[in-house]
Amino acid sequence: MMNSQVNPWFRWNCSVCWVTLGLLLLTILSFWTLDLQLERLFSVDSAKRMGRFLGELLSPDLRAIFLHKLWIASLETLAMSAVGTILAAFFGLLLAIPASKSHPNDPAHWRFLCRLVLNGLRSIPELVWAALVLISAGLGPFAGTLALALHTTGVLGRLFSESIENAPQAAAHALRVQGASESQVFLYATLPTIIPQLMSYTLYRWENNIRAAAILGVVGGGGLGQMLAFHMGLFQMQETSSILIAMILLVVFVDTLSYATRRLMSR
Amino acid sequence: MGRLFWSIAIIVLLVPALVATEFKPWILLEPDNLKVSSRFLGDFFPPATQPEFLLLVAKEAWRTIAIATAGTFLALLLAIPMTLISTRVLSISSLSGRMHPLPFAVRQMIRWILIIIRSVPELIWALVFVRVVGLGPAAGVLAIGLTYAGMLGKVYTEILESGEQHVAGNLMRNGSSRLQTFFYGVLPQNLTELTSYTVYRWECAIRASAVLGFVGAGGLGQQLDNSMRMFNGGEVATILIVFMLLVGLADLLSAWLRKILQ
Repeated sequence: MMNSQVNPWFRWNCSVCWVTLGLLLLTILSFWTLDLQLERLFSVDSAKRMGRFLGELLSPDLRAIFLHKLWIASLETLAMSAVGTILAAFFGLLLAIPASKSHPNDPAHWRFLCRLVLNGLRSIPELVWAALVLISAGLGPFAGTLALALHTTGVLGRLFSESIENAPQAAAHALRVQGASESQVFLYATLPTIIPQLMSYTLYRWENNIRAAAILGVVGGGGLGQMLAFHMGLFQMQETSSILIAMILLVVFVDTLSYATRRLMSR
Repeated sequence: MGRLFWSIAIIVLLVPALVATEFKPWILLEPDNLKVSSRFLGDFFPPATQPEFLLLVAKEAWRTIAIATAGTFLALLLAIPMTLISTRVLSISSLSGRMHPLPFAVRQMIRWILIIIRSVPELIWALVFVRVVGLGPAAGVLAIGLTYAGMLGKVYTEILESGEQHVAGNLMRNGSSRLQTFFYGVLPQNLTELTSYTVYRWECAIRASAVLGFVGAGGLGQQLDNSMRMFNGGEVATILIVFMLLVGLADLLSAWLRKILQ
């Protein structure tokens, strides 16, 4: 009786201790095999470079022309995230319908295949999608938007299909016994009951995608990231510093906005 | 009326967004682009399976895991002291009324530092560190360490502050030091939650470290970048498969670990 109340970590005949040991071993092995060149990292030379770098970062470029360009790039990042998320919500729903077993007698022939597609889309990160899409869409924000849309379709499609499967069945059942077709049942019974949930998932992903859109440019996908990669490549540290600050502001802005909205909605 | 208003509002907002993103899907269907893409995609099958290439990919996959693990460890080293300093649970002055201004200022400062370091995505940190410490896994480890220190520090503080605080208050009122209070009054009740979140972050770090290679920080991403530059579809396919397996494996392992730790 006593034993079951003790925190599992302090029981010695348990698997937890072995897991801990395993994780420690993994950590040691990681540091050992990585060849981090720590002596180079903590050398005077590196400290000097770091100091100079930080110093340069503290003097951002604040010329009006540059700030205007920065503003345009920030808007581009926002637009990429918005269009990518809307596309993803549309295609996600399109794939989620065949990917879900909406009632016990639903044969759901396409369920396995659609889930496979959704999982594939989801498991490849936006950045890798961007690098792949670049080949057919070329450099620029369009590639970034497509990459966001592809990854987010996987994420939203899966969440949507779970909402469809977990939706309350009463209204759908009532329509179905009256002889309504499957599409009518979905449009008039299932969709109206789950739409608030779909909206909240989509908004949540949009918040994530704003952050993702800011970095996609690093591989050539447009927006703030592309500007950052460009100026950093030329070692123009003042511009780099302004872009970093703009990114931080964008992320903090989005975080505060979503925090405030959630506060407002839960009140 | 409401519907009409919202439809118009969405269209008015969407059009500039489509212009800004240079949204031209027909580019994908231009004959030149179609030829390049289909040749690249055609190369995906069969995936490259030469033994030496597989060995290289396996080595890079291990490096991805190692960067994530070392980065998470570094994040822990940074996050634990910051959590101890910034959590309100261990404040002695707030036991009797309001917290004193100086400790309050210090706590706020740590919170701001945590916000700033986690606001910069790990990829951007990696890009910065590649400039400072050179190409290689060190930049990846530092990038993950810094971003994840910000996230871990924030969530640890929240976990500690949302737990039961009576025991801690009693211990400190009766004269135990802050560290004693932490180890005997705060840590035991929150330990499961703290470790389970850390394991979850480790899983996220594996996903993150796989892409850090794109900016030259080592691991699978770097190999993927190389193969893509050479338009070698077979190699890209192999790496993508390994990548999905790795992420899936990390997912399973982390779910299993978290179940054991409950």
